Amino acid sequence: MAATQPSLDAKEIRTQFPFFQKHPEMRSLIYLDNAATTQKPYSVIEVVSHFWAHHNANVHRGSYGVGSKASELYEGARARVARFLNAREMSEIIFTRGTTESINLVANAWGRSHLKPGDEIILTEMEHHANLIPWLCVAKETGAQIVVWPITAEGRLELETLHSLLTERTRLVTVTHISNVLGTINPVADICRIAHEAGALCLVDGAQSVAHTPIDVQAIGCDFFAFSGHKAYGPTGIGVLYGRREVLETMPPFMTGGGMIRSVSWSHVNWAEIPMRFEAGTPPIGEAVGLHAALDFIDSLGRARIEAYEHELTHYALQRLSEVPGLKLYGPQPDRAGIFAFTLEDIHPHDIATILDTRDIAIRSGMHCAHPLGERLGQKATARASLAVYNDTDHIDQLIDGLHYVRKVFGYA
Amino acid sequence: MLNELYREIILDHYRHPRGRGHLDPPKIVQEGMNPLCGDEITLELRVDGGIVEDIKFSGQGCSISQASASMLVEAVRGKRIEEVESLIQQVLAMLRGETEPNESQIGEIAYLAGVRQFPVRVKCATLAWHTLEEALQQHDLKKSPHRTDNLG
Repeated sequence: MAATQPSLDAKEIRTQFPFFQKHPEMRSLIYLDNAATTQKPYSVIEVVSHFWAHHNANVHRGSYGVGSKASELYEGARARVARFLNAREMSEIIFTRGTTESINLVANAWGRSHLKPGDEIILTEMEHHANLIPWLCVAKETGAQIVVWPITAEGRLELETLHSLLTERTRLVTVTHISNVLGTINPVADICRIAHEAGALCLVDGAQSVAHTPIDVQAIGCDFFAFSGHKAYGPTGIGVLYGRREVLETMPPFMTGGGMIRSVSWSHVNWAEIPMRFEAGTPPIGEAVGLHAALDFIDSLGRARIEAYEHELTHYALQRLSEVPGLKLYGPQPDRAGIFAFTLEDIHPHDIATILDTRDIAIRSGMHCAHPLGERLGQKATARASLAVYNDTDHIDQLIDGLHYVRKVFGYA
Repeated sequence: MLNELYREIILDHYRHPRGRGHLDPPKIVQEGMNPLCGDEITLELRVDGGIVEDIKFSGQGCSISQASASMLVEAVRGKRIEEVESLIQQVLAMLRGETEPNESQIGEIAYLAGVRQFPVRVKCATLAWHTLEEALQQHDLKKSPHRTDNLG
């Protein structure tokens, strides 16, 4: 951790979250399922509630005061996201329902209009279904080919492999920034540079990175960056697609309806400019306002500080997990994100999660929406603990104690 | 609560499953799965003269899903289809909490009732039984046409 930056106090941060105040009789819940969704601070909940109570009106329509205030707040959220990602302009920010919709937007709007039979899309073996199934579907429809970029035994991507997979037919390289199973942090700036050198575009799935590491889409150099509000302390139902203007302008709409046209007659439709072209219908206004507050929350802690704090906590967790007999951890070490998929002896992950739940420790078990990766690992289901900024070493210690207890229940000494 | 879920007898079925394997053809094969959690059970049956002559299971999943399948295989082998149907309904009703576990009627399967304290795990216990029910329906072996509720 940088000496000039004071560390974060997770206990103090938890006081900003009603979720952690709600269990007065019990030991408070140890929430370690942050890769699935994060809890929400008061600031987000209150601003959303205030919006519905005082500013609710449709956007870009009403010629009355409340309507213009709603539009101002909605567009203010767009500007906030643009600043958060360091996009060149706010018109490069499209609001969606989440990462899944963002990637479906690219697959449908860009994919269907640009992909031809024989074109190639490179995607990695560690992708979440959200960055896998849209491409399988669009490839089937367009005749494009999916080229799989395999992971190493350790769970990393090698850039030399990417070089060998790129051809003159490669149109897109699509990659997760941080794996939701392995915790691998991928070198997305290098990947984008290499993809561009080969004439391909690059999409980065930022679902697992946006709340944990500073994001600068210009420095990464990606053409698309997708993330969800709810994994970044914000509401569900709001997500973002960043797209480079030059690319977005070549894309037809994904969905059609109100708000996304310039003019329409029975014979002709003239699409609106970006980003409105991609936001048919009434958008998630209150949720966008909540996302604004969530990004403010993140920046109030400081993204570099969050990254440093979670990095330290991750190292502590790796050390402690290595002390549990019969525990097999997946993914690279030591440099990785705070997402730990593991198995324990012959105990099925669902059983691990159930037993930990009786100790008020929430982890995830299952296939984590990454079936091909599970096949590759030879381990379909795993247990997964994942960190956020309000977790601390005490939570890790309780998890480790819990895992010893799980072993005991299953008859391991 | 936890002790009731992970009874020794359940862990024993998990670690030493009865009737895990495959039948030589001819046989009825029925696959069941919980797509959200990945539990998988495949049942293979040989039915002759209205009797389940032999049955095996394969698959993977949590201790509850696999122990339940192991208990199922032991319980239905050699039984008449009507008896099997009746047993399926008894077990599912118990797992759904509609009836109390009755060891004198359903034997050690009654110990699966501990799962009722863990609502998200009920579907693990019911998987094998729903799969068997599906096998009977798919292959027109079902005697009584009562509807079943796919809860859990």
